[in-house]
Amino acid sequence: MKRPTGALLALLVLGVIAWAAQNPLLINGAGATFPYPIYSKWFDVYHGKNPNIQFNYQSVGSGAGIKQVTEGTVDFGATDGPMNDEQMKAFEDKRKTAILHFPTVLGAAVPTYNVPGVSGSLNFTPEALAGIFLGKITKWNDPAIAGPNKGVNLPANDIVVVHRSDGSGTTYIWTDYLSKVSDEWKSKVSRATSVNWPVGLGGKGNEGVTGLIKQTPNSIGYVELIYAAQNNIPYGAVRNSAGTFVKADLASVSAAASGAAKDMPNDFRVSITNAPGKTAYPISSFTWLLIPAKIDNSGKRDAIKGFLKWMLSDGQGNAEALSYAKLPKEVVQKEETAINNIQ
Amino acid sequence: MATATPTIPSAGSIRGSRSFLSRLRDGDEIARLITFVFAASVVLITILLVYELWINSALPRQKFGLHFFVTQVWDPVMDEYGALPFVYGTLVTSAVALLLAVPLGIGAAIFLAELAPPRVSDSLQFFIDLLAAVPSVIYGLLGVFIVVPMMRTVIFPALNKPFGYLPIFKGPSYGVGFFTAGIVLAIMVIPYIISVSREVLLSVPRDQREAALAVGSTRWESTWKVVVPFAKTGIMGSIFLALARALGETMAVTMVIGNTPKIAASLFAPGYSIAAVIANEFTEATGDLYLQSLIALGLVLFLLTFILNGLARLLILVTTQKGSGVSN
Repeated sequence: MKRPTGALLALLVLGVIAWAAQNPLLINGAGATFPYPIYSKWFDVYHGKNPNIQFNYQSVGSGAGIKQVTEGTVDFGATDGPMNDEQMKAFEDKRKTAILHFPTVLGAAVPTYNVPGVSGSLNFTPEALAGIFLGKITKWNDPAIAGPNKGVNLPANDIVVVHRSDGSGTTYIWTDYLSKVSDEWKSKVSRATSVNWPVGLGGKGNEGVTGLIKQTPNSIGYVELIYAAQNNIPYGAVRNSAGTFVKADLASVSAAASGAAKDMPNDFRVSITNAPGKTAYPISSFTWLLIPAKIDNSGKRDAIKGFLKWMLSDGQGNAEALSYAKLPKEVVQKEETAINNIQ
Repeated sequence: MATATPTIPSAGSIRGSRSFLSRLRDGDEIARLITFVFAASVVLITILLVYELWINSALPRQKFGLHFFVTQVWDPVMDEYGALPFVYGTLVTSAVALLLAVPLGIGAAIFLAELAPPRVSDSLQFFIDLLAAVPSVIYGLLGVFIVVPMMRTVIFPALNKPFGYLPIFKGPSYGVGFFTAGIVLAIMVIPYIISVSREVLLSVPRDQREAALAVGSTRWESTWKVVVPFAKTGIMGSIFLALARALGETMAVTMVIGNTPKIAASLFAPGYSIAAVIANEFTEATGDLYLQSLIALGLVLFLLTFILNGLARLLILVTTQKGSGVSN
């Protein structure tokens, strides 16, 4: 009894897939999980406007995204950290063309903590954050933390550091920032989606880190800004390169991008942590789409170029509703010319 | 079922004379072939699995060789990888889990099979089966919200105060760590031990019990000295099933172990397990060596399970031989 229905169902599914595949032009992508909500929104809206084009995006992680676009199993990739020279070369060797980076939206990592008796927002200097995560600052009442938090009664308790245990773009942003503000961090730990942490406990995902911090008194960790905003998790302010303490929000993250836009390289592979600008939040980053410079299928090429143009104009309007910071004007203009590099 | 029943008067001599084709028509040969393919596929899948793990972990084998097993560093930035902290964490958490779960599970199984009224035993069995079917992420959440705070505020002080001079009970306790993971694993594997052991105990022939009672043993003596030894192999089987589950458990462990690749003597220290690190880092592993090192860890876990299973079988062999010598 069961088998015929199963077979029928399978046939039906196959039929639907075949029918769906025949009609609109299907463009496959894979990569970062952090921008997945906005990407799926964009692809959905864009499909609504252009019913003959359908984007299919799998949020498998930045690493897998880079791997899949290099191997050519997807039409485009997406990543939270720019590809390094080695990865770019591997792509060129394999695909005989270059890979282009297109920033889409911005994200940020914020410090969050659980200190008994402290309810307000704490101020962190870069030195304090690096010291804490290196395991050199071990007490909450250390002068490096207490200094910029006058009037807050910080206890003499041991600090418990919490970090992400899974490889993640948030960790990349966080360690990229620490590498810029601390030479010791740069030489000992450096930046990556997962690193060899000097101290601390690991939590899986933003929710794992948040859970550990809630469960552990005197702990400090970092989470994605969007996650903190959507779940009302209190977080601290960080001193930026201009010397002001800035709390992360959509405006201060966008400000970091415009601060860095002047020195934007032509391939858009830029880190905007510790960006200049009085209102810039220092632990911010772009997230990128990875698109081959040469696309043989002209239908797909036009569809991808069309989508990029739309993403940079109308698409940006959808970003803030989903708590992503928009690209600054300077970057949008630069990207619009870069679209012509796709042949 | 109905079609597969051939009408053969007497199997022996006639069977030999029948042609392969006629046996094929009866369905015997077809059934044999099909079931053989099914059985062979298990072996084939195992071989393919090991093969895939082996060829996809060539890079770390070339670069680190056997050092992979003794290196304590896990550094994706410097591309340096070692399996030791993960092997240690996997073994310690599984050992803690079995130490807690085995006495509890077997005790409960003895009660359910031998002492409890059948009605109570059957209804409790229902709950045990229910527990065995709970997804592991639920046990992980239970661990995070109940075991972790309890570990910090109750269990750690209770053990650290009197036994703090022992390295295994040294502080500080963050709540997460080897011990917490062991407790959560123990809760997860107890249903398996109870369920299988109870079935095994129930299948011990009535004669065995009656004989023991007839020569004047008490109820407990007949249970402990006759029924349990008789069921020993099966009970061991339940423990190894539990061990296999504990070794490979991913989600619940990663939520409560602390995810820190360090080897520490204290059970309260945070650690890491093989399955947990694979689940955590696989998706974002960018470099080839990084990815292949994770696959090599998978191979190590396979090896670990294989060795422990082999040891278990050896143990059964040795103890049953000794056991049968005494009881017969």
